[in-house]
Amino acid sequence: MRDISALAAGILIVGLSFGAIAAAEGVPWWQASAMSALVFAGASQFATLGIMTAGGGLLAGVAAGLVLNMRHIPYGMAIGDVYWTGLRSKLLGTHLLIDQSTAFALAAGKDLRRARVAFWTAGVVLFVVWNVGTVAGALAGGFIADPAALGLDAALPAILLALVLPGLRDKATLLAGIVGTVIALVAGPFLPAGVPVLLALLGLAVMWRGTGTKAAA
Amino acid sequence: MMMLAAILALAVGTFLIRLAGPLLRKRLTLSERVETILKAGATVVLLALAVTSALMVEGEFAGWALPAGVLVGGVLAWRRLPLAVVVVAAAATTALLRLAGIA
Repeated sequence: MRDISALAAGILIVGLSFGAIAAAEGVPWWQASAMSALVFAGASQFATLGIMTAGGGLLAGVAAGLVLNMRHIPYGMAIGDVYWTGLRSKLLGTHLLIDQSTAFALAAGKDLRRARVAFWTAGVVLFVVWNVGTVAGALAGGFIADPAALGLDAALPAILLALVLPGLRDKATLLAGIVGTVIALVAGPFLPAGVPVLLALLGLAVMWRGTGTKAAA
Repeated sequence: MMMLAAILALAVGTFLIRLAGPLLRKRLTLSERVETILKAGATVVLLALAVTSALMVEGEFAGWALPAGVLVGGVLAWRRLPLAVVVVAAAATTALLRLAGIA
């Protein structure tokens, strides 16, 4: 429970930032709030929001968000049985499948009853906190007259960087990330917003070869 | 209007992705390699988005204030400071640089 309250405080801050950034970019508060309620996946919300408000197309904006959410497939495969009971809990559980609820369910180990409690507690608590944070941030953000003067445009990339750092501890991922980012930067001036970020996925080729060699050895 | 369409498309797509895991669970197992690539894919896109949105605005160099603020935030995040500190420090750095006349 103590773990969940620490997590909840962190999610509240990210939710507030999401709402405030959306408002600063001119997105109506109810749209930011609807996004948090209906999508409930922070990184993808930031990505799609960032690309759409930077003038990117619908396709590029949605595709970037969906790529970020692909990681939920292995999550669902790993802990799906925890909420795969009645129809209602299947649908609700599916919506509450996030990084943290997965981690909590996995931490409970083989004890299915404990895993259920952990999954639903983390999922419900974080859903409430995320949405409260978004609404509050979006409403407060509406009062900010000049977001650029407050440096609010630096908040989004800084949050993305904070989210991505743990994943970069893996050397192969780091290399793929650097190659992909260079590709995106070079392509940036020539392509519509959002597309360069998708091109960054080409960086994964480095990893594919890397893991292949290891498998062959 | 475009934003609303993006929100709905992302919502539906994300729900279907989340639904795929439990449905596929009995039919196939992902190799460790595919799982690693899926996770790495998310990291690569996030990193590219963070760096490009710190350096470029509408395809052109964003000026020094924005990347400097993001860099400060990144260093603090790397030192594992709380996210609230990261966000405030990044925004404050950018704001102060702009106040000092550095775009």
